[in-house]
Amino acid sequence: MNVLVFADSDNGKVAKAAYEAASYGARIASQSGGQASLVTYGKIDNINDLAQYGISDILLAEGQGHMDPIQLARLAEAAATEVGADLIVFSHDYTGKSIAPIVSARMKAGMVTGAIDFPSLSGDFVVKKNVFSGKAFAQVKITTDKKVITLLPNSISTEKKEATANITSFAPDLGASSVTIKESKVKGGDGIVLTEAELVVSAGRGLKGPENWGMIDELAKELGAATACSRPVADVGWRPHHEHVGQTGIAIRPNLYIAVGISGAIQHLAGVNGSKVIVVINTDPEAPFFKAADYGIVGDAFEVVPKLIDAVKELKASQS
Amino acid sequence: MNILVCISKAPDTTSKITFKDGNTSFNEDGVQFIVNPYDEWYALVRALELKEAQGGKVTIISVGGADYEPIMRKALAIGADEAVRVDIQPTDAYQVAAEIAAFASGKGFELILTGKETIDYNGSQVGGMLAALLDIPYVSNATKIDVNGSDATIERDKQAGTEVLGASLPIVVSAAKGMAEQRIPNMRGIMAARSKPLQVVAATAAQSLTQIVGYELPAEKGSVKLINPEDVKELVNLLHNEAKVI
Ligand SMILES: Cc1cc2nc3c(=O)[nH]c(=O)nc-3n(C[C@H](O)[C@H](O)[C@H](O)COP(=O)(O)OP(=O)(O)OC[C@H]3O[C@@H](n4cnc5c(N)ncnc54)[C@H](O)[C@@H]3O)c2cc1C
Ligand SMILES: Nc1ncnc2c1ncn2[C@@H]1O[C@H](COP(=O)(O)O)[C@@H](O)[C@H]1O
Repeated sequence: MNVLVFADSDNGKVAKAAYEAASYGARIASQSGGQASLVTYGKIDNINDLAQYGISDILLAEGQGHMDPIQLARLAEAAATEVGADLIVFSHDYTGKSIAPIVSARMKAGMVTGAIDFPSLSGDFVVKKNVFSGKAFAQVKITTDKKVITLLPNSISTEKKEATANITSFAPDLGASSVTIKESKVKGGDGIVLTEAELVVSAGRGLKGPENWGMIDELAKELGAATACSRPVADVGWRPHHEHVGQTGIAIRPNLYIAVGISGAIQHLAGVNGSKVIVVINTDPEAPFFKAADYGIVGDAFEVVPKLIDAVKELKASQS
Repeated sequence: MNILVCISKAPDTTSKITFKDGNTSFNEDGVQFIVNPYDEWYALVRALELKEAQGGKVTIISVGGADYEPIMRKALAIGADEAVRVDIQPTDAYQVAAEIAAFASGKGFELILTGKETIDYNGSQVGGMLAALLDIPYVSNATKIDVNGSDATIERDKQAGTEVLGASLPIVVSAAKGMAEQRIPNMRGIMAARSKPLQVVAATAAQSLTQIVGYELPAEKGSVKLINPEDVKELVNLLHNEAKVI
């Protein structure tokens, strides 16, 4: 089948999730004997890097200015027609979530959002996705000829190969924008996006107060990790809302999730139990989180975390 | 302002998730159902706040069987004026969106609110599909919305920050945390909800485009490996050499 990947960028750089979507689309196309192409837009400094993830034919819509979700959906649809795509792949990130449903409805193409694995290609077209906020998986069959998938970030591994991009400029008629941007704020900090992070350090009410997050930030910095938190901590304003993970926050699946002073309530676990490795640090040996953990330390965060920071520093020093 | 809020039903967040019929359907035995939190806490409450400030009407709509009515009554108890149930058990988001679009089309709704996702299917699909079918703008993951005349100002989350957007009505907006604060229905609201109109309409013949063919539960974790708090270095050693994640 012919596959079109829609790749997004942020501040002039290709998003990490876009590399994953490109690898995903490239592999589906090659295994089903089809062609893979990619469409992206705006000014991107490292567009050539995209080609190294398996798709070199790139349609680039430049100079359109700000595009609203409907225009981006039209762009994806026009590109799909241009390359004769049977399947369109997006990342399951903010951009994908806002435009993929529009594309699906406009094209009457059945859609699976938040896919975590490759589709089955022999027989029915079935894709696995997270449901019940990560408490279970569903196998979803797409019954239409045209199909749409959004891929959950950090679900597949990518491979990089030398390749040169073959960029074609693409300027279909996208109609007028019906949504204007009045203001755009970029989040401060070191800029590791939580949903894309491979390593996450998270803390909860066990930390007693916002003034104690210094050691969490420091551990995250040493590891190159993003920070997250439990819901009550975001509710009382100790941490920003966008760090809140769980059933009513965001769901993440990093390679490593370190939970400090978090009890492990079912609603919290729902958002993080897709993590590959979970480490729990808690004073209470009966804390439910230990049942979901791979490694645990029963101990006081205020003693354990500083030691952990030192041990990580030592490891990094021995590696450099 | 004439507002439509899309309400879905979800299992209580503490529910134990199990399946039946050879893992092809969700086992509802002993499961309590609630209004999907994003629909209730944010979409519905913000709709009520806008109505209280500017006048108008808040209609809720659900696509589902008679089993939806208790959660619809709850939404009425919180303050919605009237309710519509499209009488069909939907099998996918497209079918839901198509039924809501068929009902809403031509009825002059200026603002249509959905939750950012359902906590059971985690689709994030219905809002965008609905906007496409009604051919009106869509803003997803909104954390704030204000309306002035026919102009809406909306704040939304994006990948690495937030943005403030302007759009003219009518529009579909999906609601995320921040848009409003949860309201607990009071006795008066609960009494009033009993006599508020809940209209049941027949479904059109909207087709679904996907089908769930099976479910799985995640593999059980093996037992946790405990590390002595005096030997934190050992944890780093295991994460580096055994788990190979750092
Ligand atoms: C509808 C609904 C939705 C919800 N959604 C979410 C959600 O999305 N995400 C979420 O996180 N929660 C959610 N919750 C809340 C959830 O039920 C829990 O209340 C919450 O996760 C608890 O947060 P916590 O672990 O930080 O705090 P607590 O449960 O208070 O746990 C604090 C932990 O810290 C430990 N501790 C104390 N001192 C120390 C120390 N010095 N060192 C180490 N450990 C220490 C304690 O032993 C305890 O285990 C939801 C609840 C409901 C009802
Ligand atoms: N059966 C339904 N009836 C009415 N609204 C629904 C239904 N299912 C989903 N929705 C709305 O669509 C939003 C997103 O759902 P989903 O695309 O399934 O994640 C929900 O938060 C609801 O506002």
